[in-house]
Amino acid sequence: MILHSETPWPALLILLPLAAAMLSFLFPRSAKFTGVVTAIIIALAVVGFGWHLQSEGVYRHAVGGWGAPLGIDLYGDGLTLLMLAVTALVGLAITLYSLDYFNTEQARWFWPLWLLLWAALNALFLSADIFNLYITLELMGMAAVALVALKGGRDALNGAMRYLLATLLGSLAYLFGVVLLYHGYGTVDIALLAERIDHQPVAWAALGLMGAGLLLKTALFPLHFWLPAAHASAPAPVSALLSALVVKASFYIFLRLWFALFAPLGGEVAWLLGLLGALAILWGSWQALRQTRLKLLVAYSTVAQLGYLFVAFPLAAVAGVVLWHGVIYLLISHALAKAAMFMAAGNLLRFGGHDRIVDLNRSVQQLPLSTAAFALAGVSIMGLPPSGGFIGKWLLLEAALQQGQWALAAVMIVGGLLAAAYIFKVLGYAFTPSTSREESIPIPATMAWAPLLLAFASILLGFLAPALFSLLDIGSPFERGAGS
Amino acid sequence: MNSAILYALVGVGIFSLGLYALILHPHLLRKILAINVMGSGLFLVLIALAKRTGEPLPDLVPQAMVITGIVVAFSATALALALMVRVAKENHRAELSDDESQQP
Repeated sequence: MILHSETPWPALLILLPLAAAMLSFLFPRSAKFTGVVTAIIIALAVVGFGWHLQSEGVYRHAVGGWGAPLGIDLYGDGLTLLMLAVTALVGLAITLYSLDYFNTEQARWFWPLWLLLWAALNALFLSADIFNLYITLELMGMAAVALVALKGGRDALNGAMRYLLATLLGSLAYLFGVVLLYHGYGTVDIALLAERIDHQPVAWAALGLMGAGLLLKTALFPLHFWLPAAHASAPAPVSALLSALVVKASFYIFLRLWFALFAPLGGEVAWLLGLLGALAILWGSWQALRQTRLKLLVAYSTVAQLGYLFVAFPLAAVAGVVLWHGVIYLLISHALAKAAMFMAAGNLLRFGGHDRIVDLNRSVQQLPLSTAAFALAGVSIMGLPPSGGFIGKWLLLEAALQQGQWALAAVMIVGGLLAAAYIFKVLGYAFTPSTSREESIPIPATMAWAPLLLAFASILLGFLAPALFSLLDIGSPFERGAGS
Repeated sequence: MNSAILYALVGVGIFSLGLYALILHPHLLRKILAINVMGSGLFLVLIALAKRTGEPLPDLVPQAMVITGIVVAFSATALALALMVRVAKENHRAELSDDESQQP
């Protein structure tokens, strides 16, 4: 126990969305109000938690006074804080966007599920033991699947079912790893495990099972098969939060376990991850370029951008902490940019009634705010300065060049070029004359502005690097044995 | 070989059988059952490991985990079955459609 805090920000971050989910389920008429108030309080609570971390250092709290092994510990460091913050920011934008997006019947289910998902995400980021992480993974997965199925119809339901089977399989593989680690080392607390782990077969088996399960949930190539269908067929705000936050959450667990437990085991594993990441960049970008529908294009772009996160693993042994700063930067800016992109795509789809890329010209020309959001988010996805995506990709590229890993550097550059190609494939229609005179549905102001503000944030991120890096170093999450 | 290890190995076997069925069978009900079988295998491993110390009282933590795991498996199955019914209505059979084409 490092300290007992007087202001229970983390407990608030978990309990508030959970209670709000129940409230919005019981009182659907005031669900929007509940959602907005919750989003604002969560944003404030994250600021409060950040202030606490800044002044007092890492946070550890035994819930209800019951410590490990039977109790549940909450833990927070700089990495936790940034994940909570990006979730709060994207969550606020999604909340505002969703106010006018859903019809009454869908809104009845959307608000409880979304707030439940938010509670699961916050709990996941704050968990200090691997079994509690399993519970939050399942909570998150089930809420996410239900959200994908929300729209109904053949594509959404098939996508949701495939997603559910993939996510349950991933959870079971992860749980098997938890069982093995508990068997081998007699604890589920990450900090204690970090002290006890050694080169036994049981640790290797746990690495394999947990890794496979989490990578399936993170949709690393070739385990991405479920992602495009689920992310493209969901309602726009749901696509945004799946691509921005849900896949990042399983990556976050993988990263935590990697630093605490598996990094010393896995030199070759790091290379395997790097190779799969490189293939994901090339395959995802190429598939994105080939798509004829906007939402599928954006979904395949997610597969490609997730690849960048894994390219870092083989470089990390030499490059150290700076490289992980780059990865987290990439993760955050991708979360902001991709949420903006999916919401902008949702506006275009609603306005024109379709998302065929070749027929987008009229929608693109009549929705300047959404098009601007798409373009700005695109700048960050391509990795052009001064965006947040640029900082992240630059740090990765620099490490690859310094270590003479020309192949990885080349893949990153080609990925950037392909990203530029698929984004301009969409934006190009802003400059071609439109001929169609179809009916169109106007877009409310909140739905136009929410993605634009997120896209601005993903660009602004490029100017905040030093401040965010120093926040990230609270509790030095990127060193072996962190979390104690 | 003591009985705890035997039970654990049987659990691993059941888990593998479930995984095999999950991959092999296209029918969604079979897939959902397969996932439940996998879960049961895992719970058996956990319960067996609770006795691994050889003390008269078993370790309580794995048992608490199994209880939690059963609750999770139960709700996941409920969600999966509800979703399966809807999918079966859309596809006119209880299998996933391989058709990747996106309707607007």
